[in-house]
Amino acid sequence: MFHIVRDPLTLTIMIILPILLLLILGFAISTEIRNTPFVVFDQSRSAASSKFIAKMDGNAYFTLVNALSSESDLETAFHRGECKLALILPADFGDNVPYREAVDIQLVVDASDPNEGSTLVSYVQLIAAQYQKELIGRASAPDLIQIETKMLYNPQMKGMYQIVPGMIGLIMMLICAYMTSISIAKEKELGTMEILLVSPLRPALIILAKAVPYLFISLTDVALSLLVAYFILGIPIAGNIALIVLLSLVYTLSALALGLLISTVAETQQEAMVLSGIGLMLPSMLLSNLIFPVESMPIPLQAFSYIVPARWYIDGLRDIMIKGLGFKAIVLDFFILLSMCFLLFFVSIKKFKNRL
Amino acid sequence: MKALKFLLKKEFLQILRNRFLLAIIVLIPVFELAVLPWAATFEQKNISLCIVDGDHSSYSRRLIEKILSSGYFKLTSHEPDYDHALRRIETGHANLILIIPPAFEKDYVNRQPLKMMLVIDAVDGQKAGLGMSYLSQIILAYNTQIEVEAGNRTGAFINIKPHYRYNDAMRYQNYMVPGILVILVTMMGGMLSALNIVREKEIGTIEQMNVTPVSKSMFILGKLIPFWLLGLINLTIGIFIGWLIYGLFPVGNILNIYLFAFFYLLAFTGFGLMISNFAQTQQQAMLVLIFFLIIFILLSGLFTPISSMPEWAQRVTIFNPVRYFVEIVRLVYMKGSGIHDILPQLYRIFGFIVVFNFLAIVSYRKTQG
Repeated sequence: MFHIVRDPLTLTIMIILPILLLLILGFAISTEIRNTPFVVFDQSRSAASSKFIAKMDGNAYFTLVNALSSESDLETAFHRGECKLALILPADFGDNVPYREAVDIQLVVDASDPNEGSTLVSYVQLIAAQYQKELIGRASAPDLIQIETKMLYNPQMKGMYQIVPGMIGLIMMLICAYMTSISIAKEKELGTMEILLVSPLRPALIILAKAVPYLFISLTDVALSLLVAYFILGIPIAGNIALIVLLSLVYTLSALALGLLISTVAETQQEAMVLSGIGLMLPSMLLSNLIFPVESMPIPLQAFSYIVPARWYIDGLRDIMIKGLGFKAIVLDFFILLSMCFLLFFVSIKKFKNRL
Repeated sequence: MKALKFLLKKEFLQILRNRFLLAIIVLIPVFELAVLPWAATFEQKNISLCIVDGDHSSYSRRLIEKILSSGYFKLTSHEPDYDHALRRIETGHANLILIIPPAFEKDYVNRQPLKMMLVIDAVDGQKAGLGMSYLSQIILAYNTQIEVEAGNRTGAFINIKPHYRYNDAMRYQNYMVPGILVILVTMMGGMLSALNIVREKEIGTIEQMNVTPVSKSMFILGKLIPFWLLGLINLTIGIFIGWLIYGLFPVGNILNIYLFAFFYLLAFTGFGLMISNFAQTQQQAMLVLIFFLIIFILLSGLFTPISSMPEWAQRVTIFNPVRYFVEIVRLVYMKGSGIHDILPQLYRIFGFIVVFNFLAIVSYRKTQG
């Protein structure tokens, strides 16, 4: 315990990091398309074409950065990364459009990111369809099918709702497993572990004592994260708090057990860092539905995700916190975590004894 | 200069002697490039759809067929009513419910406006938004199709002809692999250098350095050069593996990437050494580094476009060296940009080199140990 208190910088970071990450992720990171820079090469220079361009520019999705005077400038604009979209309006745009004759708009898209590319195209198509509708006016038959949408759990479709439970899962993994494994490896590396082991205390007790402070810090982090989520990010906590605590506790313990397991293998701090980096942090970040949807991944990765504790925790936490479901919804998550917890503790204690 | 030669010899000896370190230098690129591009995908295929068809008419069947043939949706089940369907969402089996009203066909034929309802699990806001817009578009297109077939409406006359460039296969991996090269180089460079000096502090060997007449800048330079070289080796391994697994090779001149990496690594190694100087323990150094790395990477445009960030966050990215490297690697890899195109980013990196290394030298205090 003294080790931690004596190092106020580490302690501060362990407490501030989660909050800062939550704020950055909550406010800055967004996969929505907004203000995508585009250039235009308007060959018709007519009233109709400038109206269309203004409609594009006025939209929240796009921002006009440059009007080109020749097609060769297009290449440069893309190569410098100035735009992701180039609109080429044909010379007959101004003549044809008012008479509802067909025109082809060439749309050059930077499809480096293919998802973004195809989303951009669908937005431009939407804008073009609206533009056309306005031109035709009321003359045509109305849409009979009206669409009513209902957004469950997250009516404003904020990315934060998805990310906050995930971040909590990740942070606990970081503090609990990562920091524990490093701190035990440190004792080994510096040789102080020997001193502890010759003391009359039981080895398992020593190891647990090292882990307990980190357990407290990570539970504090959970509480702080929930407070920040609720008061600053405005995310309602729909479900039962006691359930959240229960689930978090089981998860934290399994994270701790993982950290212990790693520390029985690693001899130096650097080894512990690398092992937990690859073995814990990356899977918890990537295969837990935190940011990237597991269901879009290839089958082997999906299969692997089943043994990542964070996946079950984040799934359960979302069910309780965001969807407001009861214990019935998280039974599976809960018992899987619980059995992982027992299994990991069993293996790491056994392994530890073997080494002595 | 002679002192530098000996310092370098010492550092290389230390690195080469550490088998574990060497192993991870080779293995991590393999691991990251083999796994990350598959995992780090925002691709949303197969949104699971649950349908409550209250009509069971030829109109509704045609609509369902149209939705399923779009390729975006995967039908999980037909449910008799909303409550049953809602349970599918609660258990996580469905993302979306489409409710087709009874008398859909009858109302349509009688030209009565009718309501179609979409209920969406919006916990994942992005997926929900995509699902909603895909499904609405398909339904509206269906509406238009019926009207055009009936002769009530003219078809579209403004046609958008998209030309997708720079990623002909439309493969997400082509986009992620160059970005992951950046993470690779940044993480390894940052980690190794951030842990280095502080490790000497922890095991006490720094004292021995401090009593030698080696100057501060010479000491930092002696630390910098090996990691800088390792970074370049790492990059090379990464590029090779990217080619081996994904068949990816820069469209542009590969030397442009090396030129940029050359300076980028100088800057980032300086950054790592600076952390190492400030930190008292390896644990601390690691935590501080992770802190900055996560922020740098999230705000680099690697996963989410910078143009989508709020104004203040966009301004913060100006001070993020990782952002420029991500931009450059993608430009050269995918578009074949030339040296003139990447000059602005290169100049900024020069700024980072000066600042980080200046701080690294200043923060190394021989007297405190």
